[in-house]
Amino acid sequence: MTVPVVELDGAARVFPGTPPVEALKPTNLVINQGDYIGIVGPSGSGKSTLLHLLGLLDTPSSGVYRLDGIDIASLTDGERAGVRSARIGFVFQSFHLLAHRSNVENVMLAEIYRPDSRKQRRERAVAALEVVGLGHRLDAFPTTLSGGERQRVAVARALVGEPSLLLADEPTGNLDSKTSAKILDLFDNLHRRGMTLAIITHDDDVAQRAQRRVQIKDGVMTDADRSDA
Amino acid sequence: MPEALTAEEAANFNESGSNQSSLDGVTIPSSHLSWRDLVSEAVIALTARPARTILTALGTVLGVAALVATLGLAKTAGSQIVARFDELEATQIVVRPPRNQSNNPNAQEVNGIPWDAGDRLQRLNGVVAAGTKSDVSVGEALSRSVPIIDPQGQSEFQIPVIAVSPGLFDAVRARLSTGRVFDDGHNERGDNVAVLGPGAARRLNVTRIDNSPAIFLGENTIAVIGILEDVSREPELLNAIIVPDGYAIERFGLSVAGEVHVEVEIGAAELIGSQAAIALSPNDPELVQVSLPPSPRQVRSAVEDDVNALFLVLGGVSLLVGAIGIANVTLVSVLERTGEIGLRRALGATRRHIATQFIFESAVLGAFAGLLGTSLGILTVVGVSINRSWTPILDAWLPLAAPFLGAFIGLVAGTYPAWKASATEPISALRNG
Repeated sequence: MTVPVVELDGAARVFPGTPPVEALKPTNLVINQGDYIGIVGPSGSGKSTLLHLLGLLDTPSSGVYRLDGIDIASLTDGERAGVRSARIGFVFQSFHLLAHRSNVENVMLAEIYRPDSRKQRRERAVAALEVVGLGHRLDAFPTTLSGGERQRVAVARALVGEPSLLLADEPTGNLDSKTSAKILDLFDNLHRRGMTLAIITHDDDVAQRAQRRVQIKDGVMTDADRSDA
Repeated sequence: MPEALTAEEAANFNESGSNQSSLDGVTIPSSHLSWRDLVSEAVIALTARPARTILTALGTVLGVAALVATLGLAKTAGSQIVARFDELEATQIVVRPPRNQSNNPNAQEVNGIPWDAGDRLQRLNGVVAAGTKSDVSVGEALSRSVPIIDPQGQSEFQIPVIAVSPGLFDAVRARLSTGRVFDDGHNERGDNVAVLGPGAARRLNVTRIDNSPAIFLGENTIAVIGILEDVSREPELLNAIIVPDGYAIERFGLSVAGEVHVEVEIGAAELIGSQAAIALSPNDPELVQVSLPPSPRQVRSAVEDDVNALFLVLGGVSLLVGAIGIANVTLVSVLERTGEIGLRRALGATRRHIATQFIFESAVLGAFAGLLGTSLGILTVVGVSINRSWTPILDAWLPLAAPFLGAFIGLVAGTYPAWKASATEPISALRNG
């Protein structure tokens, strides 16, 4: 029995104010090793808050979040950043590639906040680019790439160092349907290789590709598959 | 989609996954940014947009350049002024009769300067030349060159007459345009000869001496034997009729010598100053008053302090403007780079890493500006020195310290933008970027 990658146990996030905003109601969620989960919800539903929490950019105000069995609340800021760097790969809607760096340099950026040795950094970045099928565009600049290719570079950056969880926030939001399909194919492929993926989206079609779906609305998470069925 | 997936890679993914599933007792590595990465990130960020980087640095470049140039030029100019003083002032001693005492109306009685003062001082080691100079009172006598009556122009003038001993011409570094100066023979005999200053010669219309011109001073006829071109000291000689002491004593009743001008070798002024009074008035040295040149050290510090204070303020103002420039552009760049900041946070940077990176960038920028400004400042000092034929003089610490000053300015200027960057909320930055 392996420890789940993500384990939310009554985790909630309340923003103080008058009145306090309950962005995420107490939530239970388990993402196991190798899961491919789609988190669907309209804007303002609490997706951002969930992304903050899952990505260790924020901590729950109550409840427990364990990533790979580590209780996040017990970590210092520096350790939390370290865990984030080593165990979570982010993919964003607008790619966030640095325009003045080549593809391989953009991917190498993923490792600068890690204590790993610098020596094989480029090798690892090249390997990740090969996984996403861009081994032939190593030294090209992102500005010369198509949107789909840029997102693949971003995925490669997220894959470097083999994270426990690939966290994608609207990964196809800026892409047309054809390139979206290719990126989703890439996710399927990664899923088959054993990668744990969580995709946050408002698009049901994107979420359909996931092995499992949950819905979030007004800060409340429900199991979409169960309600659909 | 790429199916170039080897069994080994797949195994790696699985293996890493299973490794991470048992973590009890495993130490959790903190997020970490090595010095090498910090430096290379700063260099990459600054070289990504070279034009902007240079424009950002410009204010600080100019500020540091102004500061270095100011300090360098003050030092250089200060030393040059001293050099000029060395040449003229530092080699000049003037001996005068003492100031009149109020209870002694007959002041001339206490004049201790003898007529042979020039010769006496000449014997001292370190004296280059010495001679007396006395104003001659000629009463109402007017000077004219030829005894003709010109109804249209003025031909008679009130021109000052100065009696000197022959040694004075060397002591004031007189240069002749034509003819010669009188010698001891003329002086002893009381010959009626004169040397004209160029101003006096022009008014008397004497331009050459090969036709043995004569001038008339009242009822006296005087032969002009030379015309001066210039003097380095005592410019009143330029407008005067200069006659030997002997002639002035004989004809105009000159009773006492006025003052003694002494040219000494460089560095001898103080020694000769103490000896001159005794040489001239051995019985009562108090009867003469010796004026020494100002000490070179005092001159130097006075000049440097004045120039430095003024221009350092200017340099400081430019530096302040430069710092504001860096702060301004860095702040703009923080706003532009919110996406990058969010990304870095997601990749594992702490707030401190973000702040460190931005502050380091602006410090590197400042150091670069300081280096460039120092070079410009030194070039300015050298350029001005070449232009003025000066010797450029620069304190050695200045070019070494200036880049650090630039780095410090960058550090200070980057503090607020860096704090602003570190306060950026990662997810909103990532969503909007």
